[in-house]
Amino acid sequence: MSLTVDMSLDPDEGRALVSLSNAGVRRDGAWLVRGVDLAVRPGEIVTLIGPNGSGKSTTAKMALGILSPDEGRAARRPDVRVAYVPQKVTVDWTLPLTVERFLSLTAKADARDAEAALAATGISHLRFSEVRNLSGGEFQRALLARAMCRKPDLLVLDEPVQGVDYTGEIALYELIKRIRDDLGCGVLLISHDLHVVMAATDHVICLNGHVCCQGAPVAVASSDEYRRLFGGRASDTLAVYEHHHDHTHLPDGRVRHADGSVTDHCHPHAPAQEPDATTGEENRHAG
Amino acid sequence: MLDDFFVRALVAGIGVAAIAGPLGCFVVWRRLAYFGDTLSHAALLGVGLALLLQVNVTLAVFAVSAGVSLALLALQRRASLSSDALLGLLSHSALALGLVALAFMTWVRFDLMGLLFGDILAVSVRDIALVYGGGAVVLAVLAWIWRPLFAATVNPELAEAEGLNPERANIVFMLLMAVVIAIAMKIVGVLLITAMLIIPAATARRFSSGPEQMAVLAALFGMVSVVGGLFASLEWDTPSGPSIVVAALALFLASLSPLASAITNALRRNAGQKSEVPQQ
Ligand SMILES: Nc1ncnc2c1ncn2[C@@H]1O[C@H](COP(=O)(O)OP(=O)(O)OP(=O)(O)O)[C@@H](O)[C@H]1O
Ligand SMILES: [Mg+2]
Repeated sequence: MSLTVDMSLDPDEGRALVSLSNAGVRRDGAWLVRGVDLAVRPGEIVTLIGPNGSGKSTTAKMALGILSPDEGRAARRPDVRVAYVPQKVTVDWTLPLTVERFLSLTAKADARDAEAALAATGISHLRFSEVRNLSGGEFQRALLARAMCRKPDLLVLDEPVQGVDYTGEIALYELIKRIRDDLGCGVLLISHDLHVVMAATDHVICLNGHVCCQGAPVAVASSDEYRRLFGGRASDTLAVYEHHHDHTHLPDGRVRHADGSVTDHCHPHAPAQEPDATTGEENRHAG
Repeated sequence: MLDDFFVRALVAGIGVAAIAGPLGCFVVWRRLAYFGDTLSHAALLGVGLALLLQVNVTLAVFAVSAGVSLALLALQRRASLSSDALLGLLSHSALALGLVALAFMTWVRFDLMGLLFGDILAVSVRDIALVYGGGAVVLAVLAWIWRPLFAATVNPELAEAEGLNPERANIVFMLLMAVVIAIAMKIVGVLLITAMLIIPAATARRFSSGPEQMAVLAALFGMVSVVGGLFASLEWDTPSGPSIVVAALALFLASLSPLASAITNALRRNAGQKSEVPQQ
């Protein structure tokens, strides 16, 4: 866990667009996610990975200021222009909303930027279509086009290519990289496509109710497990990160650390005290 | 010209429709019809209090409606009850309190029917000034918060993340609703204000491809309903409020007819062809 500590002492932190330190969100007496340290700097792609319900979206919302941390700290540079692609957006059928108007949802989009964004995401032909009639993949493209039009300093993408076809997926990840290169913006990406994460991001954070491990993807990619992953066997994907973990979750919910000690908690900042929190962790790590 | 009570009613009604249309769109988009009802029921309590305390009726109605809106926001935040139960609670409590308050004031000669259903005979030049003065303020404020309010309607988290402060937009919107209730009460009556908000917006939905367009169309359909309804009310000596709402309903039904859908399709095709012209 030395990495986590280093992060908070990072002299660069002042330049980060957004940073979380030891941040956590608690609801109904259980921690949804806890002890998250992360920083996104200009030009950097930081990726959150982890199983369903591991707190990726919650972490992104803390970074965006939608949720305020119940513990720890979230800091954004005040002048940062944010663009957000949420995991789930449903447009009510009573709303008359064309793709073109959707691009100007939170700020007026320049006509040329709009055209370019629609072309880049491959939906120029849908410019005047009603948003509620778009297919799932088309709508994801519209969300990305809208984010692109904002010319953000910080781009937060929560599973941006869900439901996009295979070739489209590759193209959209390419596009995200290109946006980063063109605008020099920081990107916080949530993704389940581990191969892409490995190939195209600067920093990977593995969440599972807390930060399990983080670091440069190269470190992870040099492992045998990663090669197996590249073979396309999805069942191995989570094992890839095992070597990087400095602790193991025991079947009874306790945690064995790298030094051999066993505690109720894997959380470095909060040794086991609260029984309810412990139950939450057990559930989270079971299996 | 404003000497004629009927002209006064027309002018005032058209003004109300111009405000109710755009706000009504948000009522439809955000599924707030019941909220409109709650506010208008609260208006009755406002009237009762105004008579009791000898203060300006419009002001009292605005104050009570605004109070109910803010109470709703506060209750929603901590409540263990769903929004519709809270609205029902506030709505009927306010209505009952208002009726009780009015019943107590036996010394005041009071036209309850006029209050409930609107009274074109009672529209004064001062009312017109109020409709247009207040209406101008409402529309100006609405234009000011339009983008955040609409963005928050589509997705509050997105609006919040991108720095639009949806919370503030919501509060301003609720206060605007309170103003509209206070202004529209005299023309359409307490019981039917919500109809003035929703029906023209519902009619406009079928003909619109964008929110701004829908707001303008809703205002226009509302104005047509006011004119039609008031003439009918004069002709058949029916109360003004219900007549206007019946006219609005007739327009809505007409919009469902095959002819209307032919027009809609033609409009859509037209909009598609003008692809070089950026909207808004
Ligand atoms: N408002 C809330 N109240 C209670 N629990 C919540 C709330 N929001 C989220 N949760 C829970 O918090 C956990 C983390 O949710 P989150 O959406 O962050 O997961 P995720 O990592 O994004 O998962 P996925 O991959 O499925 O998108 C989940 O178990 C979820 O059920
Ligand atoms: Mg998620």
